[in-house]
Amino acid sequence: MPYLTIITFLPLVGAIAIALLLKRDDARGIKWVAAGFSLVTFLLSLVLVFLFKTNDPMLQAQFVERANWISVGQFKVEYFLGVDGLSLPMVILTTLLGFLAVLISWKISLRPKEYFSLLLVLETGVLGVFTSLDFFLFFLFWEVELVPMFLLIGIWGSGRREYSAMKFLIYTIVGSAFMLAGILWLYFASSPNTFDMIALGQGSVKEGANLIFLLLFIGFAIKLPMVPFHTWLPDAHSDAPTAVSVMLAGVLLKMGGYGIIRICVTILPDAAKYFAPALLILAVIGVLYGAAVTMVQKDLKRLIAYSSVSHMGYVLLGVAALTKIGLVGAVLQMFTHGTITGLLFMVVGLIYDRTHTRQIPELTGGLAQRMPVIAAVFTVAGLASLGLPALSGFVAELLVFIGVYEKYQLAAILGASGIVLTAGYILWMLQRVFFGEFNPKWSDLTDAVTVERVAVFTMVVVIVLVGVAPAVVLNMVNTAVPTIMARLGS
Amino acid sequence: MNLSLLGPEIVLGVIAVIIVLLDLVVQKKGILAAVGVAGVLIAALVNGWLPMEPAKYAFDKMLVSDSFTVLFNFAFLGIAGLVILSSVDYAKKFRRSQGEYYALVLLSTAGMMLMASTRELISIYIALELTSISLYVLAAFLRDGKSSEAGLKYMLLGALSSAVLLYGMALIFGLTGTTQLDQIASSITVAKAIGQSALILATVLLVAGFGFKIAMVPFQMWAPDVYEGAPTPITAFLSVGSKAAGFAVILRVFNISLGHEGFVDWQTIFAILAVLTMTIGNVVALVQSNVKRLLAYSSIAQAGYVLVGVVATSNSSQFAASGVIFFLLGYALTNLGAFIAIIAISEKTGNDEIAGYSGMARRAPGLALALAFCLISLTGIPPTVGFVGKFYLFSSAVEAGWVWLVIIGLINSAISAYYYVRVLKIMYLGAAPSEEGVKASAPVVTALGLSLVGVLIAGIYPGPLFQWVEAAARSLIG
Repeated sequence: MPYLTIITFLPLVGAIAIALLLKRDDARGIKWVAAGFSLVTFLLSLVLVFLFKTNDPMLQAQFVERANWISVGQFKVEYFLGVDGLSLPMVILTTLLGFLAVLISWKISLRPKEYFSLLLVLETGVLGVFTSLDFFLFFLFWEVELVPMFLLIGIWGSGRREYSAMKFLIYTIVGSAFMLAGILWLYFASSPNTFDMIALGQGSVKEGANLIFLLLFIGFAIKLPMVPFHTWLPDAHSDAPTAVSVMLAGVLLKMGGYGIIRICVTILPDAAKYFAPALLILAVIGVLYGAAVTMVQKDLKRLIAYSSVSHMGYVLLGVAALTKIGLVGAVLQMFTHGTITGLLFMVVGLIYDRTHTRQIPELTGGLAQRMPVIAAVFTVAGLASLGLPALSGFVAELLVFIGVYEKYQLAAILGASGIVLTAGYILWMLQRVFFGEFNPKWSDLTDAVTVERVAVFTMVVVIVLVGVAPAVVLNMVNTAVPTIMARLGS
Repeated sequence: MNLSLLGPEIVLGVIAVIIVLLDLVVQKKGILAAVGVAGVLIAALVNGWLPMEPAKYAFDKMLVSDSFTVLFNFAFLGIAGLVILSSVDYAKKFRRSQGEYYALVLLSTAGMMLMASTRELISIYIALELTSISLYVLAAFLRDGKSSEAGLKYMLLGALSSAVLLYGMALIFGLTGTTQLDQIASSITVAKAIGQSALILATVLLVAGFGFKIAMVPFQMWAPDVYEGAPTPITAFLSVGSKAAGFAVILRVFNISLGHEGFVDWQTIFAILAVLTMTIGNVVALVQSNVKRLLAYSSIAQAGYVLVGVVATSNSSQFAASGVIFFLLGYALTNLGAFIAIIAISEKTGNDEIAGYSGMARRAPGLALALAFCLISLTGIPPTVGFVGKFYLFSSAVEAGWVWLVIIGLINSAISAYYYVRVLKIMYLGAAPSEEGVKASAPVVTALGLSLVGVLIAGIYPGPLFQWVEAAARSLIG
């Protein structure tokens, strides 16, 4: 059964169904169809987890589907899908957040038909990035996600939404330009000449490896985002609608991290070693700068957006160490950051729906008295974000620090000090918004309704599950890492 | 004499005359367009019978029929068909002389087809003039201030460029004693010995002459004014047909006659001009407020991308030649689609200001979506032919070792995203000034539908088109 094709394109089918079959004002039908398609996609991706073979580390990719697609002269493109321990967690993260993003959008009333179609197209684009093993296909999906995201921010956003949407688009497309140059150069510089990412990951690059690495890396670093290419992220987040922020922080940023590991490190290991110290420095700067800037944010969404910059710095830190534990930690950090930050954005969305403000000074204080469930969930997510043991963030960050400490003690210590800052801004924020003296103007507020509770509780369950039993993700990740380490020659 | 090789052009000529005569008797001018489309279809049918492999020659090797010829003929006929369909409503503005309008479109198409199917300098020149003179008239067809200015400007500058071209051809003839492209190639070593500087001058003059036809910087000055003033279907025709024909000739002339062994360093000339063309086209497009001027600068930039591929063909690379051809076909399809959508929208809004497109996604969802896909394709974002074309074109240039040129091209394409997406933004994010719907007539919808389907199919499953393109490239660079 072509699982991956079905999983990847099911949301797109849903989008087309909504666009063609449903009436513009049938908001109810549209939501249910969107929820149905994204739920089935999620359930199917869970099936993969059970069918995935974790005991055979030599297996390059599973659920492989290959077919000739374009073949002209020396230019061969395949329809080539497959997942391994690196991409499967990302696929599950995407399908999970894709489904929850629909639930969290239940109150959308502006142009619902276009909204839910675009949300589903976006999901297909991201899933395609994680499942393709042909570089052409990979890049195609990488670009497909652009326009839906642009429109989602631009139409349903708030504040300076048009500016932010355009900024997002331009940053990403400039990154793609460099990436495409890298892809094409890699194709002709490698032996064999191929877009097959597995074969590239086993072959060698004749010349220009360092430059190719840089070209590709810029594309991924903008997406990650790495300081100093991060400025689009706070704008995009603060103006995007809730569900889009969830998708953006939850999975779109992971495309960058995934690309760095899958392509930069695996295909160009020597260049990766060459640049590792530089990346390490940039990662530490990202962690600390991101955290420092987060401290002073007054807008809740900007606060979480900057904390993302800091947390994605850990991903880069883990990768740049080029150690086994560091890589595992980086992948796990991507997964946990997706769930934790996704949840944080969801809760901020719930608060905003009720109070119509995201400014911390205006929100002060005592919201917990009127919305205990939201406050509790937000607290759990906050604690997970600051790395409290038994929640998923702790395991990932611990692994990253151990992995880095093996080789670069100073970087590990500096990076770990970011945790202190994180604890500072998270706890301070929780204290100001939810606790403290009750502000009478919030006496009419209500707590989360059923649909919203389903969404946030699901995320809490995942966060606790991964925190208590990280093996559910690590077993998958561990199958992919030996191959990468072998490429790095250790 | 093998007259049959001239079949499609003869059909077009005959139909053109029939249309002019028919114009005198019929009252319903729609019939003229119908006859025009029928003529295009017949010509396409005849074209399908032309020999491809091995190539056949006629008129003392002035005319050649190979895969390259046949593919380009199909492209020009397709373009002409779509232009005629999209003119049906627009032509009502002309009141009189609708017959001449369609006839000139067909004659110009015949000229473009000849440009792609000849390997000899004099017939290239004649074909070019046939195309251009018809287009000068068509550009001025609205007979208002802007349109007349467009026609006059196009004619004056066009005549100048033709003279430059002719001068270059004369120099080549003087140096080699022949006008046949392949014979020029074989005697070029001698020519270089006789007068290297004359050969360089001739090359530069040829580049300038052809550069005008494809609106390459620094010969692009005419394009924005002419594109803005000309009737919109003719702008579409100019921006794709005339450009594709120009590139077809460039591919033939530079690859066959001037050779690849570095007799004259024409690839460096083109590389520099490609950078200028892309950059100036894109940067100036950023600040346009008129959609036709925007697309004029965008088409200058697109010509810059094609030049990147032309540079790469200098290593006898079939890969690069097919990259150029595929990109051109994709661009033609996409740009036509965009213009057809604009024709339909501007019909309602009354002018071509981008601001008028505000909220168009609400007023005309279908048209807006089609235009959005065309703009996405021009940007080079999947799942469209523009993406595949750009990917393939640039990969051939990387293969030929022009990485720096490709990086500049890609950065340019990122710049272009800004102004293409700006139109998209206005259509989807802007508020609609009125809720009044914008409807398009059946012929326009048909034309738009055809080009959109082409853009998407060739973007998702380009395999079959690639087979054709590859055969054409093989016959060009054997």
